[in-house]
Amino acid sequence: MTAALASRDLDVAMLCEDSRFVVPGMRCAGCISKIERGLAEIPGVVTARVNFSTKQVAVSHEPELGGDALLSAIEKLGFEAQLLADNPLAEDRGDTERLLRALAVAGFGMMNIMLLSVSVWSGAIGVTKDLFHWLSALIAVPVIAYSGRPFFASAAMALRYMRTNMDVPISIGILLATGLSLYETATGGAHAYFDGAVMLIFFLLTGRVLDGMMKDRAREGISALLKKTATGAMIVQDDGTTRWTKAEDILPDMIMHVAAGENLAADGIVMKGRSGFDISMLTGESDPQMRGEGDSVLAGTLNLTGPVNVRVTAAGQDTSISDIARLMDEAGQHRSFYIRVSDRASRYYAPAVHSLALLSFIGWMIAGAGWHQSLLIAVAVLIITCPCALGLAVPAAQVVASGALMRQGVMVKDGSALERLAQADRVVFDKTGTLTMGAALPENLDSLSPVQKAVALTLAQSSRHPVSQALRKALVQEEIMPLSEIEDISEVPGEGVNGVWQGKSVRLGRAEKAMQQITTELTIGDDLQIIYLNDELRPDARLAVDLFSKMGLSASILSGDKLEAVAPVARKLGITAQASACPEDKVEAITRLTQSGCNVLMVGDGLNDGPALAAAYVSIAPGSASDVGQQAADAVFTSDSLLPTAIAVKVARKTMQNVRQNFALAIGYNILAVPLAIAGMVTPLIAAIAMSMSSLIVVGNALRLRGAAK
Amino acid sequence: MSGLAILIPVALFMGLCGLAFFFWAMHNDQFEDLEGAAHRVLIDDEAETSPDDEAI
Repeated sequence: MTAALASRDLDVAMLCEDSRFVVPGMRCAGCISKIERGLAEIPGVVTARVNFSTKQVAVSHEPELGGDALLSAIEKLGFEAQLLADNPLAEDRGDTERLLRALAVAGFGMMNIMLLSVSVWSGAIGVTKDLFHWLSALIAVPVIAYSGRPFFASAAMALRYMRTNMDVPISIGILLATGLSLYETATGGAHAYFDGAVMLIFFLLTGRVLDGMMKDRAREGISALLKKTATGAMIVQDDGTTRWTKAEDILPDMIMHVAAGENLAADGIVMKGRSGFDISMLTGESDPQMRGEGDSVLAGTLNLTGPVNVRVTAAGQDTSISDIARLMDEAGQHRSFYIRVSDRASRYYAPAVHSLALLSFIGWMIAGAGWHQSLLIAVAVLIITCPCALGLAVPAAQVVASGALMRQGVMVKDGSALERLAQADRVVFDKTGTLTMGAALPENLDSLSPVQKAVALTLAQSSRHPVSQALRKALVQEEIMPLSEIEDISEVPGEGVNGVWQGKSVRLGRAEKAMQQITTELTIGDDLQIIYLNDELRPDARLAVDLFSKMGLSASILSGDKLEAVAPVARKLGITAQASACPEDKVEAITRLTQSGCNVLMVGDGLNDGPALAAAYVSIAPGSASDVGQQAADAVFTSDSLLPTAIAVKVARKTMQNVRQNFALAIGYNILAVPLAIAGMVTPLIAAIAMSMSSLIVVGNALRLRGAAK
Repeated sequence: MSGLAILIPVALFMGLCGLAFFFWAMHNDQFEDLEGAAHRVLIDDEAETSPDDEAI
């Protein structure tokens, strides 16, 4: 019985598919158990596990159960959810994990060696001291060999290309200190620096781990926002039926049937039907464009109002989206030339430290101290100057700052982005979706009665049409509750949603006339109400622009939209604007600004902004941006308000200030400690105290950034 | 002095145990969802016996 059961379980496990969903609305323990138990009750679901930190649910289920079914199941439980695509940003987290392991080993070694060292410092002599030194060596050598690898590998890489980085002086310092300590131990000398060497590795690894954790956290947050985009289309077959075909299998001259609310998977010409298309992602134009028979439509645009048949003219690599991707690759190449501030510091630091150690060695040799004594002093100089505090200064400040920013809804991809943000002195905004919300908002909700609102919400939430979604969001925000007694709800694609409420037929759908402005019609019985939708400015847009100018960043708009649409926004914000810019124009404008000596911060969201985001010195995208935009940008802000973009720059500047303070502290410490080391007065005890004190001070200073984003 | 012969190995062994435990915990994704773990304590687990358990 048990065996049979076990083998059945095994079969199930082998056939299982895994899907991941992001559920941003989880807030408490109740939500966790509600989702996990609710999903587990569905037949076909094997396990469901919530990860609260990342707001994700991992569901292992039988393949017959599709992602859409699970999605609606989660929505039925009362949570908004999105299916996660295979994560394109998921570079393995192995790096941080390896560093964390090395850190754990270094911590273990440091504590045990310190235990022995304290006895030696307290006055152990003779055989006891030698025994303790030998024990320290026994622990230190394998620990250094294991935990030091990240530094040794990076230093070896730098030396192979005849360059130097922070890891070169670190590696030399560690290896020399270990070698000399081994010699001291073997000859029964007075001082061994095992504790110093391991402690150095421990503190430096802490910095690396912090840096890695910051990157992982931002990556996870951003990948949770990436939506699963339409990667195919319904293709009309010869016999008139339609079949789902993947984007890469679509060929020119096929006929696509595109329902309302669907993205186009290829470029083409409309054969049948008439509909409004949302092309804002591609060009930045905010008004939906009416396209009828014979008009051309582009991949990546969203069919808004009615079903159409489209004859494919270009698919896959030939579509206009692919051109943008190519443009982006070219524009983004300059990024790799940026040198992190810690590496820049080490360019000056490493040669200075090495010549200092060498000079003290030569100096003591000339003074007649003998090579053994001179070498001891040179190693003491290396250990005391090893950039312990320097290695922590940058990552500690950046990780605290990015944590503060994350609480404000800004996810910064890595430390280099923070450094570049601090240097920005010019800001360029896209309009549609960046300065404005990008999604249409209902304008005249106030003229609806509470009953009308409730009916509208009930109908709107059963449709995935963007207008319905916009309406639903607005109504939910007004805390309208849907009615449960509407029956026979059905959606006619491209027409609207129908239902029956208290014997009267109700409908939410396309207005009779096809209009340029987005409108929708709500009918209850014979009662008719037209709802107008408009794309409004983001909240705090004016405030953000003011804050930018206060920080010395002049702002302008660079939009693909028509002049008539851009002008009112520019007037409202009091900044200059360039309209009707295609992606190439945007890149050119950014390049022109860069050549005139500006460090441009680009804020944009659409596919059309992708190349400009990549070309700019540093870039930010809203969370509602296209996947392309989010991947090209250095930071993503998730709030509706535009203010976080300005706050990000403010925090970045504070961070750099903090980093500079940390550098100053580290240098000040060196000015005090180096003369002692050169004078030959540094013992392992003094080195240990000096190192841990300077590291603690630097971390303490970095912690002051916690409230920087407020 | 003779006490050291026992005490030092014991101290090292205990340290290594802690290290091994940390590695085990990392390998088993114990640190994957720290916030969730804090919340899960509060979940009342009624009727947690699954039907499979009863069958056996």
